[in-house]
Amino acid sequence: MTRANVSWFGMFGFIGLALVAAIPIVRAQDAQTAAAALGSTADHSTFKALKKAFSSGPEVTEACLSCHTEAGKQVMGSIHWTWSYTHPATGQQLGKRRVINAFCGNVASNERRCTSCHVGYGWDALKDGPPQEQSKVDCLICHDRTGTYTKLDSTAGNPPVAPIAPGSTTITGAPAKPVDLAAAAQSVGLPRRENCGQCHFFGGGGDNVKHGDLSSVLFAPDKSVDVHMAKDGPNFACSTCHVSNRHILAGSRYAINARDTTATAKPRRRRDVATCESCHGAAPHKGASLIGIKLNDHVDRVACQTCHIPEFARGGVATKTYWDWSTAGNLKDGRPYGEDEFTQSDGKRRHTYLSTKGSFQWAENVVPHYAWFDGQIRYTTATDKIDPAAAVEINQLSGSPEDPASRIWPFKRMKGRQAYDKNFRNLVYNHVFGPETDTAFWTNFDWARSIEAAMDYVGQPYSGEFDFVDTYMYWPITHMVAPKAQALDCQSCHAKEGRLANLTGFYLPGGSPMGLVDKIGLAVLVATLAGAIGHAAVRIATQRRGSPHG
Amino acid sequence: MVERRVKIYPRFERFWHWAQAALIFILLFTGTGLHGLHALIPFGSAVTAHTLAALALVVLWIFAIFWHVTTGTWRHYLPTTKGLFQVARFYAYGVFKGEHHPYRKAYWRKHNPMQAMTYLALKLILFPAIWLTGIAYLTYNFWQHQPSAAHILEVTANLHLLTAYLLAAFVIVHVYLLTIGNFLEHVKPMITGFDAVDLTPEEEAYLQADEPGRIR
Repeated sequence: MTRANVSWFGMFGFIGLALVAAIPIVRAQDAQTAAAALGSTADHSTFKALKKAFSSGPEVTEACLSCHTEAGKQVMGSIHWTWSYTHPATGQQLGKRRVINAFCGNVASNERRCTSCHVGYGWDALKDGPPQEQSKVDCLICHDRTGTYTKLDSTAGNPPVAPIAPGSTTITGAPAKPVDLAAAAQSVGLPRRENCGQCHFFGGGGDNVKHGDLSSVLFAPDKSVDVHMAKDGPNFACSTCHVSNRHILAGSRYAINARDTTATAKPRRRRDVATCESCHGAAPHKGASLIGIKLNDHVDRVACQTCHIPEFARGGVATKTYWDWSTAGNLKDGRPYGEDEFTQSDGKRRHTYLSTKGSFQWAENVVPHYAWFDGQIRYTTATDKIDPAAAVEINQLSGSPEDPASRIWPFKRMKGRQAYDKNFRNLVYNHVFGPETDTAFWTNFDWARSIEAAMDYVGQPYSGEFDFVDTYMYWPITHMVAPKAQALDCQSCHAKEGRLANLTGFYLPGGSPMGLVDKIGLAVLVATLAGAIGHAAVRIATQRRGSPHG
Repeated sequence: MVERRVKIYPRFERFWHWAQAALIFILLFTGTGLHGLHALIPFGSAVTAHTLAALALVVLWIFAIFWHVTTGTWRHYLPTTKGLFQVARFYAYGVFKGEHHPYRKAYWRKHNPMQAMTYLALKLILFPAIWLTGIAYLTYNFWQHQPSAAHILEVTANLHLLTAYLLAAFVIVHVYLLTIGNFLEHVKPMITGFDAVDLTPEEEAYLQADEPGRIR
């Protein structure tokens, strides 16, 4: 790290500490002091437009838009809003609107549950697209700083506003409490981890289910879990790295900047990358030592994350590693049931079976799967033909050792077993969340009806016959960067059965100690030794019989 | 002709020999570690030690080449067939009969013909091969963008490895041949510098007159 970097990080650390220092003040509703502490030029608690009793999210948004005239349009142009993405390299139409994943499966036909994490209010029908009105943008989920604002888990993104139905839960699985919308509106500021984390730490239906490197641990992580977000360290917000420009945030899981060759080493200078190199540069290791030089030689072929995130799902919260939908639907005495046989290290038990979802496996401190990766991901969409004889890759990683744009990256490899159309040979959509329809799987536990309903909903042909196929899905690992002392040692990879043992097509020193040359070389050595020993033996034997030497 | 004890290995040559021997052992130990043949040293430490030892050896070679050229000692390594057959016959047959080594060291010919040829091959083939491949390997990041660089790297690494095996074989033979006769007596000249050498009367007179420290 250069001296300039140190000072940058020092500055972020200072800002981070300032933010932490501000939290209790905001919570005490003393927003004026909070705004002052943040150095903001606007104290939202003094704004007339916000000094009223709000009864719904859109009412708050209208108030926001009365000053922030462009914010609504900006958000509505972002993937956070559109859930739609045209891949620049493959041309594939992706986004949550379309893709099938190895977790809950698909959003289509399950909207009010899935769109509870949409950055808006009331997206009820996926095919209609997100709501048209700017007032349906949810400003507070990102900008609330009271720490109280949240969304209900199945009302298409609406917050819990009194009166709330008994037993309601939020998107984090917590019991829902009515939100004081005015207090939230008056508290607004830049997003903190608590804002982003409510959705992104709980993707896939629970804490750390999906990503593996994004869990509730990151709300207040120790340095050992995440050196950047550490509460006793720089305390980065998500947006410290995921810089934004007009509400478009850097960072993508469809087209990733897998090798940032610009490597500005000037934090936040570029507004369109969330790469390590944008802060740390292209030669991040101390160059004074030979090892530093050698490590810097690695950055063109090995992603920073590969060495610096030795394991994911650290800090006490496990991630789901296997989801078998084929066992879903078993009932006990005609009623759905669950088992929670896995206990994660923070003591919490996790489901290992649910009638609604099937069987699960979990893991903590997971060693990643490694692959050559150029940042491009191709999805197996519901229109792609699959070969059920082998495990289907829900998303395929592009990259190879021959390609200079590719580097070795760490991934969470999710294993799944998912429904597909037996005759048409494609993955199928599934209608699980009704909640009250007679086709929803979670209500009726009938695969045939739920698949048919979902396929009908998206307007795709379905043969009527389904089966289950093994699947893999890859999730790039990039969070939970460990302190440098915990980074991988050289021999983690440079060894015979090292971490990169599954990767071929390139020369890895120490990776294949017994190759052809070794066999030849050892044969030469053995022959030489045998020759010497044989020569010596004959010498000794003949000298005993013959005259003394010398 | 008279046999005298003459300093045929001056201080620099002895230093060169032993420093080179130590560096070769370090390089063999760390190199086999890097290659994954043993795990007695962490990879990172092995990289550092191997690289530094290799660079030290290259520097030493540069000095040694300069020394050979300026002192004219390179002439000891000129290949010759004179006496070659006798030496070969000795190792293959005579040694078992208790014969004496046929070669008589001369002031300007301190190695026997087989020895000279082996050392010449070492200096002209194996050493250049190991340091050329080693330097190519070490500087990979400067040429990695050339076409099929990754493949060339693998070939380079394997040539380096093969040469290392051959050097290890040389070390075995080199040490083994010292055991023919008296091991310590064979090692001693490389420590004291003095060995029994046949001198012409002119050489003897020259050494006694001009370099009395080199003759006993």
